[in-house]
Amino acid sequence: MGCARGEAQEGYPDVLYIDRHFIHEVTSPQAFDGLRKRQIPVFRPERTTATADHNVPTKDQHLPIREALSRHQVEMLRKNCAAFGIDLYDLGHPFQGIVHIIGPELGLTLPGMTIVCGDSHTSTHGAFGTIAFGIGTSEVEQVLATQCLLQYRPRTMRIEVNGKLGKGVVAKDIILYIISKISAGGATGYFVEYAGTAITDLSMEARMTICNMSIEMGARGGLIAPDGVTFNYLKGRRFAPQGSAFEQQVQLWKSLQTDEGAHYDKVLKFDASDISPMITYGTNPGMGMRITDRIPTESELREIGERHSFARSLQYMGLEPGTMLLGKKIDYVFIGSCTNARIEDLRLVAQVVKGRKKAPGVEVWVVPGSRQVEQQARHEGLDKIFEEAGFELRGPGCSACLGMNEDKIPAGKYCISTSNRNFEGRQGPGARTFLASPLSAAAAAVTGRITDVRELLD
Amino acid sequence: MKEKFNTLVSTAVPLPVENIDTDQIIPARFLKATTRQGFGDNLFRDWRYDENNNPRPDFVLNQPQYKGKILVAGKNFGCGSSREHAAWALYDYGFRAVISSFFADIFKNNALNNALLPVQVNDDFLQEVFAVIKANPQALITINLEDQTITLPDGRAATFDINPYKKICLLNGYDDIDYLLSLRDEIAAFEKTLQTTSLNK
Ligand code: SF4
Repeated sequence: MGCARGEAQEGYPDVLYIDRHFIHEVTSPQAFDGLRKRQIPVFRPERTTATADHNVPTKDQHLPIREALSRHQVEMLRKNCAAFGIDLYDLGHPFQGIVHIIGPELGLTLPGMTIVCGDSHTSTHGAFGTIAFGIGTSEVEQVLATQCLLQYRPRTMRIEVNGKLGKGVVAKDIILYIISKISAGGATGYFVEYAGTAITDLSMEARMTICNMSIEMGARGGLIAPDGVTFNYLKGRRFAPQGSAFEQQVQLWKSLQTDEGAHYDKVLKFDASDISPMITYGTNPGMGMRITDRIPTESELREIGERHSFARSLQYMGLEPGTMLLGKKIDYVFIGSCTNARIEDLRLVAQVVKGRKKAPGVEVWVVPGSRQVEQQARHEGLDKIFEEAGFELRGPGCSACLGMNEDKIPAGKYCISTSNRNFEGRQGPGARTFLASPLSAAAAAVTGRITDVRELLD
Repeated sequence: MKEKFNTLVSTAVPLPVENIDTDQIIPARFLKATTRQGFGDNLFRDWRYDENNNPRPDFVLNQPQYKGKILVAGKNFGCGSSREHAAWALYDYGFRAVISSFFADIFKNNALNNALLPVQVNDDFLQEVFAVIKANPQALITINLEDQTITLPDGRAATFDINPYKKICLLNGYDDIDYLLSLRDEIAAFEKTLQTTSLNK
């Protein structure tokens, strides 16, 4: 926490000490190479934790990775962690999983920390009242070498959501709604604090879903002040302080609240009752709408500059302006990613599919965010519900969130996905992505079409 | 030491698309390399080549009239994934500067850390740049880092912002990491003052 060096020169960045650093196989090899070139060690190896998640298969994880380049990248991570003394939760390890899922679930993420990772969704950890943000590989090298980063103060934004959520509306809908209101670049340059009763009513896992997608509106990070929900979640976690040490920390964490009357550079307020199940129709996460809405027409767009990109985007998606998405046939359902692959997400899915079967012709992948999530799902019998519905429960990893590993959506196919990005080709070259909540994804899985989940809930 | 950046005079390549995300700049399936080189071949891969790896004639990098060390792109360039590979790919391809009316934060940092200069101008000036290149693909654009100016062939010019520290780094080819390494004693002293984050590992 804090700055290692107070009085820098005018215009010079602050030096930020990093309490916790996470790394994965894709954005770290060049950083370790840098250390080797300089012949320096990792400064504080105990503050870095590694896992393999982006480039791993989600089937037959006990076998060697088939694809040579992917295998090599994971092997490099192994070698680097061994050589530099860093804990690695490798394939097959009971703690392995998506980096932003395992940090919180292991209690490595604690309130008040500064946390970075060579991955933009590091914002997820902000749900615990941390300063958490994604960095590039050069910065990964800086953290490995010095446990510090050079940073400028971001601008501050407060997003308040008050009131009660309606039936079938969950955290994913809140964040897709906010992004659709302020656009994919609307919070660039800002750090966001989420507040209001609709946010504090959320569970820890749902709060992570919100903070996770801060980057989808351009924000470096998003955070929520820690409270009783946070402390209950952390109690007894593997690497969290235990016993009286934990109680002491709680006293300290309770002080991590924004001061009364503090100034923000921007304040936005939304009403929870205005939020419905949401879906995206385009190729950036800001192109979202209520699942019951029509896709806008060009003339309805706010900015002229958007129009060219809009037409291009709908062409890629194979969609017409002014039409409804409800009832549209889909080919794939992907339930996974650091946005929505925690146990509560799988429970939401199970709630909808229990006693139902997947629609013919639809492929459904359920990819738990970590080995522990998978174990918990089996323990609760969710695997049986998925099996009876004809869903495939896979091993943990990023999977079809990013079209890097074996799990890709084929060109031209429509996928409703609980992940966070609908960019062109994100789920595989030519793949067409609709972002939605786990509830909406489950509804589409059993009907084979884009469906308002509220019709399936009693 | 990185390459030093001072004044760049070059023709430019126009890409008037907004919200170009780093998945477009370099798709994830090309992130498997463990070195920094070679990413330029796959820069804008899926816009540049079709499914059979044939160049798409309508994409600007495949149009021989457009060449140069400057890329000019629509608003919110570099959003999405933090992959530094996007900056490496642009640099490896031969770009030394990107002009846009808005850059995503992490991309901007990554670019600055790799001697690729992000030049942010206002929307109107950006449209003028596009118009100038369209009228004459041979038009030379001048970017002067010392003065923080960008100048079109007819003399119209705009200024751009860059923070003073990053400017010194770019002008001299300095690296953040050298600066941080010089502070290691201070960092160790600071660690002694930490009261939270007792590590239960
Ligand atoms: S699940 Fe997707 S967004 Fe999350 S870390 Fe993996 S690739 Fe990135």
